[in-house]
Amino acid sequence: MTATATPPQTRPSVSPPSRREDLTPARRARRLNVGRIIAWAALIVLLFVTLFPFYWMLRTALSTNTALYTNAGSLLPVEFSWGGFARVLGLSSPEQAAAEGGTTGSINFWLYLRNTVIVATVITVGQVLFSSMAAYAFARLEWKGRDAVFFLFLTALMIPPIFVQLPNFILVRDLGLLNTLAGIILPFFFMTPFAIFFMRQFFLGISREVEESAKIDGAGHLRIFFRIVLPMSSTPVFTLALLTYITAWGEYFWPLLVGRADDSRVLTVALGIFRSQTPQTGPDWAGLMAGTLVAALPIFVLFILFGRKLVDNLGYSGIK
Amino acid sequence: MNTRTRSLDTRAIVAPRTARRRRGDARIALFFIAPAALGFIAFYLVPSLRGIWFSFTDQNLIGAGKFIGLDNYTRMFGDPLFWNALWVTLEYVVINIGVQTVLAVGIAVLMHRLTRSAVVRGIILLPYLVANVVVALVWFWMMDYSTGIINVFLDFVGGDRMAFFGNENLAIPTIALINVWRYVGYTALLVFAGLQTIPTQLYEAAALDGASEVRMFRSITLPLLRPVLALVLVITVVGSFQIFDTVAVTTEGGPINSTRVIYYYIYQQAFERFDLGYASAMSVFLLIVLAVVAYFQLKIMRSNSSDLA
Repeated sequence: MTATATPPQTRPSVSPPSRREDLTPARRARRLNVGRIIAWAALIVLLFVTLFPFYWMLRTALSTNTALYTNAGSLLPVEFSWGGFARVLGLSSPEQAAAEGGTTGSINFWLYLRNTVIVATVITVGQVLFSSMAAYAFARLEWKGRDAVFFLFLTALMIPPIFVQLPNFILVRDLGLLNTLAGIILPFFFMTPFAIFFMRQFFLGISREVEESAKIDGAGHLRIFFRIVLPMSSTPVFTLALLTYITAWGEYFWPLLVGRADDSRVLTVALGIFRSQTPQTGPDWAGLMAGTLVAALPIFVLFILFGRKLVDNLGYSGIK
Repeated sequence: MNTRTRSLDTRAIVAPRTARRRRGDARIALFFIAPAALGFIAFYLVPSLRGIWFSFTDQNLIGAGKFIGLDNYTRMFGDPLFWNALWVTLEYVVINIGVQTVLAVGIAVLMHRLTRSAVVRGIILLPYLVANVVVALVWFWMMDYSTGIINVFLDFVGGDRMAFFGNENLAIPTIALINVWRYVGYTALLVFAGLQTIPTQLYEAAALDGASEVRMFRSITLPLLRPVLALVLVITVVGSFQIFDTVAVTTEGGPINSTRVIYYYIYQQAFERFDLGYASAMSVFLLIVLAVVAYFQLKIMRSNSSDLA
């Protein structure tokens, strides 16, 4: 896709001003209206299907687990209780948990939350910075073999991650980093082909004039990049950072391979283990849903704060 | 694509510079690219070569493997579970991508014609923000046989309860549709962005000629959207082949291998059977399959030429 420095254009609504000449105004209005009503109805159904599971998480998490089995159809929480959250956050005693039909196994939620925050933050900072630097070299600097190297980087976009993750597991093992946060972070820390591609597209679109005038003032590329280009690119940098953070937060496969031990476990892996530990008969749905909610909560907060920017910029962000 | 021409343009502008200037760039370029290059070499390039090497060895999780020739590959071609995994994955990809693409285009056109509201787009993007694992668990609960709300609802309206995850024939479609729910909004927004590049005048002219909404969609929207659709499809298909998370936290490959997708089978061979060599052979095969699929997709969709130009 092409990238431009300008945000996606907003065009006036394209509903055609006139239809066939032979339609009377009344008929035309009716035809338009019926179509529009159906379209709006479809959109509302879509929004409902999108939002309902989120409501159901909340409704379940606020119910008493044993009561869920007797009143499965209730649209409101059944026997309202904070028990699910209390169990997940480690605030309830085993006896209390058992009484509510919850799992009594211990879940070290705060540790997993801390791990996830560290992993996602460090990955985002490293990946965005180093990928932007590389993207600048690909977009703006002149050096031999540039396009060939860029193409080589791009081919990595098509590699199924598992293909490199099997050898990466052996590498992390040999480095002695199994069951450490560093082991989870490293492969994503320096770059992803997507991040470089994304930033390069943006840098290609920036006008050269600003750089040229800075160069005349005697600024080197380092200064130009960090003082001029990077600040100018705050919007795509921000969009990329948010996407990277969301992806790192939700990553499951790689942490499952190298971070199974308790002290390096992230939330996704913990949720998977929580689910497999819950008994086959009468699982702790309230606790499980409370767990999924708190795991998703930080991303919701980020989205409420910055979602507008993300939604507006997906246009030229291209494809992930 | 534009990228290509643009970078050529850039070079044309820069060309008259002196050789000294260029050498200066090379040194600073090395600095800019060094961290990313380190990451690329350590975690993409070398592992790729190593992965191919592993596929010819009996590598396990602990020691170093020894060369065993084509044994892993001959075993793979004779392994019914491998072929089953490929077949199940294909089934998943076809349902997932088919439904998702049609819905995404529909949603994008709907938004394009009805509303530009950022709130609507925000809500549509919401499922994409949530981890696969979370999405899988929520739907696993909602589709539970006895107490899941969907089965309670089916019961209520007089239908039959369905064992979404317990029935061999339903499990893959169920998982495919769950992931449609997660990704369709994101895909729709990408298509939506593509729609905004289509000049409004085309629709106005078509409307003057008395073209119907359906006709405009077929004759204007679809052809002009093709390059965007091609790229979206290549990326989503490659992503779809990587289905793992949802299976891992719900069915774990069952019932009776019906959801043992290729990613999950490779994972099991490597980390439950400790047979990294065999797992590597299968991932080499997966790599080749994906490369072929992507190649033909781009070829068929002629993605690099737009009818707009």
